[in-house]
Amino acid sequence: MATLEIRDLHVSVEAENGPREILKGVDLTVKQGETHAIMGPNGSGKSTLAYSLAGHPKYTITAGTVTLDGEDVLEMSVDERARAGVFLAMQYPVEVPGVSVSNFLRTSATAVRGEAPKLRTWVKEVKESMERLQMDPAFAERNVNEGFSGGEKKRHEILQLELLKPKVAILDETDSGLDVDALRIVSEGVNRVRETGEVGTLLITHYTRILRYIKPDFVHVFANGRIAESGGAELADKLENEGYEAYTKGGASE
Amino acid sequence: MAEAQNIPAGSTTAGSIAVAAESTVATRMSAPPSFDVADFPVPHGREEEWRFTPLERLRGLHDGTAVADGEGVKVAIEAPEGVTVETVGRDDARVGRAGTPVDRVAAQAYSSFEQASVVSVPKEAVLTEPIRIAVHGEGGTAFGHQVIELGAFAEAVVVIDHTGDAVLAANVDYVLGDGAKLTVVSVQDWDEKAVHVAQHNALVGRDASFKSVVVTFGGDVVRIHPRVRYAGTGGEAELFGLYFTDAGQHQEHRLLVDHNTPHCRSNVAYKGALQGQDAHAVWIGDVLIQAKAEGTDTYELNRNLVLTDGARVDSVPNLEIETGEIAGAGHASATGRFDDEQLFYLMARGIPAEEARRLVVRGFFAELVQQIGLPDVEERLIAKIEAELEASVA
Repeated sequence: MATLEIRDLHVSVEAENGPREILKGVDLTVKQGETHAIMGPNGSGKSTLAYSLAGHPKYTITAGTVTLDGEDVLEMSVDERARAGVFLAMQYPVEVPGVSVSNFLRTSATAVRGEAPKLRTWVKEVKESMERLQMDPAFAERNVNEGFSGGEKKRHEILQLELLKPKVAILDETDSGLDVDALRIVSEGVNRVRETGEVGTLLITHYTRILRYIKPDFVHVFANGRIAESGGAELADKLENEGYEAYTKGGASE
Repeated sequence: MAEAQNIPAGSTTAGSIAVAAESTVATRMSAPPSFDVADFPVPHGREEEWRFTPLERLRGLHDGTAVADGEGVKVAIEAPEGVTVETVGRDDARVGRAGTPVDRVAAQAYSSFEQASVVSVPKEAVLTEPIRIAVHGEGGTAFGHQVIELGAFAEAVVVIDHTGDAVLAANVDYVLGDGAKLTVVSVQDWDEKAVHVAQHNALVGRDASFKSVVVTFGGDVVRIHPRVRYAGTGGEAELFGLYFTDAGQHQEHRLLVDHNTPHCRSNVAYKGALQGQDAHAVWIGDVLIQAKAEGTDTYELNRNLVLTDGARVDSVPNLEIETGEIAGAGHASATGRFDDEQLFYLMARGIPAEEARRLVVRGFFAELVQQIGLPDVEERLIAKIEAELEASVA
């Protein structure tokens, strides 16, 4: 069973006056089939955790370990991590002019699966996934994220999640900026992938709203660069009622 | 946006458009066109037409110190049956008919060439094989003049290949008879030290179609000046360009479409990728619609993709309209950057860095390459682009 283990992770970014530590010792274990919600106020370091796991060059790991089934993730390049089964659905997916969605998806699937998917089954696979996410087929011929609305970008991220079938899916504020309909469609997409039981999900969110659609097994409150409290789904209800105030008091809010 | 100077231009007639009684496209040149090099002062670099060009790297082409050494360049012409290839002197009426040198280097080339080569396709001849002109630099200095002439309703494809190392200044004339169709592919695939400055003059006959594909990969300094005029109504010009500018290279394409005749069309699309320290691409797109050129339809576009830090693009579209009675006129220029975030996004989907770069560059050029309409040329360009990318990664 695939397991992502994060141990005492410290991460810094380069700031004007030297490196600034954002993650200050994160411990977390995500197993295949589990869904962990990471909730926290703005600036608590949630997105830094997501991007650090994916290997974004902006973040420097200063201490700690991250392993996927015992393999050292931090040693891997960004593309190696993706091929090893780490997937990051981004909060702000970037535009890639000149590269069509269909070309991008196929190149990506070929890289992750280790061989080019058979054309006939591939076309069907993409078409069906797009239908389930209520994406217009014309999407396939558009350039990656170019001129996409916020909701279209998020559906496109979840489409990739469905096609790439990672071991660990990190969803970075996938719910932000979505209206209720789009949130439902995107959540259903995530749930279809979860139901396979083959993915460990790390759901990063600021709001409890998405947890009505995607039921977490564990909820972690993130504050001041580390996990401040962990619990079951009931912890989300507490946050819904009380907010993050209890966690930010005293801690330097970034 | 990358480090680039760009006239902010919209998709239509925004940007730098002058509506003037007098042509500034013509008058902003520092001297009027002439066949005599003595009519042009030696440029100092601040002139409008020279301000982007590193004069000190022209190896004397601009100041009279470059001297032909007889062994500079070998030209081999392969032409299908029925095509005439002649070597003529300066006094031949066909030489210089398509256009007059507009700057000192072009005039120097005209004043200095020994013999011109004239390739003629007789009227109504429709060639099934391309005419191939191989220009190979042997390390010397040369001045050239090439004329390609199509009789009425003739159809031909000409591929001009520039390879090797040379210091070359040349004029190339394309004369299209009525209803003729000419496609010219000029590939500048020079070795790294070569200097190549050329003016291309096209005179497009009534209802004739001229398609130019200018492809620049190599050389230290390459400065190409394609110009189009119309000899009758109904003419059409498509000017496509593709360049891949590497570290230290200066590649400059300056275009002028002179709509001097009513009811003619032009479409200009140049795309370039840049990589490496001090890679410098310059694109000047001038379109002039004269008062008498009613019914003109024109569009010009320049796109640049900056792949690394340290590269620079100057892109200046300029549309000058002297009549309101036109079918359409527009231009667009944009310079984008393949940035770290795009690279991260593609890599985060399992795509290795090199392949990510290739995907983006191939996508960038694909649309333009598909418009060339010559499958073997298209394949060769794609292969060459990939090779450029490979070299950069290695």
